[in-house]
Amino acid sequence: MGPPICHPKGPIMTGITAATPPDLSVIRASYLAQVQRRRLYGSLTLLIFVMLMIAGFNIADDRNAGGFWAGLGQIGDYPADVLSEAWAKRADLPVLLWKFVPALIETINIAAVSTLLGAVAGLIFSLLATRGLAPWPRLIPVFRRILDILRAIPEIVIALVLIFVLGGGPVPAMIAIALHTAGALGKMFSEVAENADLKPVEGLSSTGASWAQCMWLGVLPQVAPNYVSYGLLRFEINIRASAILGFVGAGGLGYELRNAMSWGPGRFDEAAAIFVLLFSTIVLFDQVSSRYRNRLTEGQMT
Amino acid sequence: MSAADLSLLKSHADDSFTRKRLVAFGIPALILAYVVYIFFAFDIAGLAKRANWDNAITLASDSWSHKVHVTRANSTGEFSYAIEGERKGTYPNGTRPDWVSGTDVITVDLGGDHIVRFLPDQRTAVDVPGYGQITAQAEGRQITTNLGDDIPDWINASDRRVSITTPEGRITITGSKTEVFNYFAGWELFWFTFDSPYHGASLGQILFGAQIDPDRGNITGAVADWWKNPMWRHNEIAWAIGETILMAFLGTFGAAMLALPLAFMAARKFTPIMVIRAATRRLFDFLRGVDALIWTVVLARAFGPGPLTGALAILLTDTGTFGKTFSEALENVDDKQIDGVRSTGAKPLQRYRFGVIPQVAPVLLSQILYFLESNTRSATIIGAITGGGIGLMLTQAIQTQKDWEEVAYYITLIVIMVMLMDWFSGWLRSKLIGRKA
Repeated sequence: MGPPICHPKGPIMTGITAATPPDLSVIRASYLAQVQRRRLYGSLTLLIFVMLMIAGFNIADDRNAGGFWAGLGQIGDYPADVLSEAWAKRADLPVLLWKFVPALIETINIAAVSTLLGAVAGLIFSLLATRGLAPWPRLIPVFRRILDILRAIPEIVIALVLIFVLGGGPVPAMIAIALHTAGALGKMFSEVAENADLKPVEGLSSTGASWAQCMWLGVLPQVAPNYVSYGLLRFEINIRASAILGFVGAGGLGYELRNAMSWGPGRFDEAAAIFVLLFSTIVLFDQVSSRYRNRLTEGQMT
Repeated sequence: MSAADLSLLKSHADDSFTRKRLVAFGIPALILAYVVYIFFAFDIAGLAKRANWDNAITLASDSWSHKVHVTRANSTGEFSYAIEGERKGTYPNGTRPDWVSGTDVITVDLGGDHIVRFLPDQRTAVDVPGYGQITAQAEGRQITTNLGDDIPDWINASDRRVSITTPEGRITITGSKTEVFNYFAGWELFWFTFDSPYHGASLGQILFGAQIDPDRGNITGAVADWWKNPMWRHNEIAWAIGETILMAFLGTFGAAMLALPLAFMAARKFTPIMVIRAATRRLFDFLRGVDALIWTVVLARAFGPGPLTGALAILLTDTGTFGKTFSEALENVDDKQIDGVRSTGAKPLQRYRFGVIPQVAPVLLSQILYFLESNTRSATIIGAITGGGIGLMLTQAIQTQKDWEEVAYYITLIVIMVMLMDWFSGWLRSKLIGRKA
């Protein structure tokens, strides 16, 4: 006696073989209709997108002080002025570069400290906001919303408000970038921690380890390469952010750049020196961190 | 296992433990040393001295409250009542707040038994519970008071200017005018200013009540008056937010369109010629390295301040970033699909379109959409530098150091804007490439 589960298959099989072969031309027609509809939707989307781009460009062009086509010809003027003046005073360039090294160090320090602080805060928040790891699972949505808000506030908002209270200098920028970093890294960390193996945590908690010990010894060793890799990526981003915030008064290289810019011609050599320092710093840290990140993620694969 | 093996194993284990211990203590020690260095380099200890706590208090209280100015010009004896002391917030002729009374002697009731009376001959009397009455008289530029020598710290008095700060409000007396500031919670005139006929009307009256303005329907009129509110400028702010999003949109998608063909030139699989590949990659490095800040500064010289400059700055920087990640994605495409398309006799462009793009599209799209959100934040910052969008309005409002409730309004709108863009790009991603597995 065969298992009853086999029984219903019989009629279905015969049903298929008994049916007349489907009309190929019908399938073909419906396939072509489908393709045509997809093409229509695709080209409509493309059309809307292109129209949005053109309309957006025209609006932006209208509301800009100078027009796009008029400006396109002058795009090289300012770099040419800066370069020619810097070239004329090229003997002074090493002195100028040396002069702005303290500002450069300040910019890098802002980025480094804020990455460090943000990573620590992000680490704690991420563990509190990850399902399976959080000590208070009911509060996970609360911590996630906190991370969302930290991520959503642009650095400049916090920096400007803090400059008003604390005065200019590196500290407002440091706090502003650290808060944003905590939000951004917290989210990425939490995505990594979600995939962590929970067995070590169970083993540790069976020995009576506290929550902090479980995280420190059971989870962190698993996620550390990814965390460090994300932290390095964030450090690259934060160097740029710290330079930009300097421009609105938060110290460092950006502040010097604004001062040099406001002097106009005659001080273009200073602007050139700052451009050179900023450019080479960003490229240097990009290269170094991308090399380390590759090593970290490759080491994980093997 | 022999004893020699065991001791070898033990020494290995010991070595490894020593190394671990060194790392476990060394890295925290290094970080600690760095933090100590920063403590001195950033002068954290001097921060408390540099910080201006009055500013912090002003900011914290003004961002959610407003003040009404009652002013007597001492030269003419005329009174004016204005919200935030602004012309746009002035009470219309013949009207005044209901906490002001009297005709010859104008009495201002600040609440909590704090009462200010404007007496004839430029005299002012202030009743402060628990302290008594303070009287002051202005003669020319000279102020005489009954304060004597023992002045409490909430009063600041000289013979030119007297300023009294109470929990209920502030009074300033100078030779030219006497001003009383009365504080209230909330953002005043957020909906309608005094010159709008809808001021003071309730929502029910506007929606269902009799026609208020004979020329316009209630709803259209109310929306138009709110939209063009001269104090809060909702329409200008909406434009500014639109500009910021426009910068992010044009910059991100423009960069993606530029970067895609360039990425093919930088990928080993599609460009066998080393020189072209290397040149394209250096171009990407250059575009990324110059960074949005310098691009903004340079482009602002050519195009002037405005949203176009910001969009182009984002476009150039992101072309570098996209180019790098796109070309990495292109290196990893599967040859089999391209071969399959080639076997049907497809030309190179068709091979790219049907063999390559479908493979990389999910990676590219999720990258682009992620950047759309992050560029909204960048556009806020770049707008502050190049003069466009909500970033500029925020910077200006903070720099005038006056309208903190407007600053709070802008900050709220910026956060909502970024969160909406985050939600929108996530929604678009799930529509286009499906949810993450």
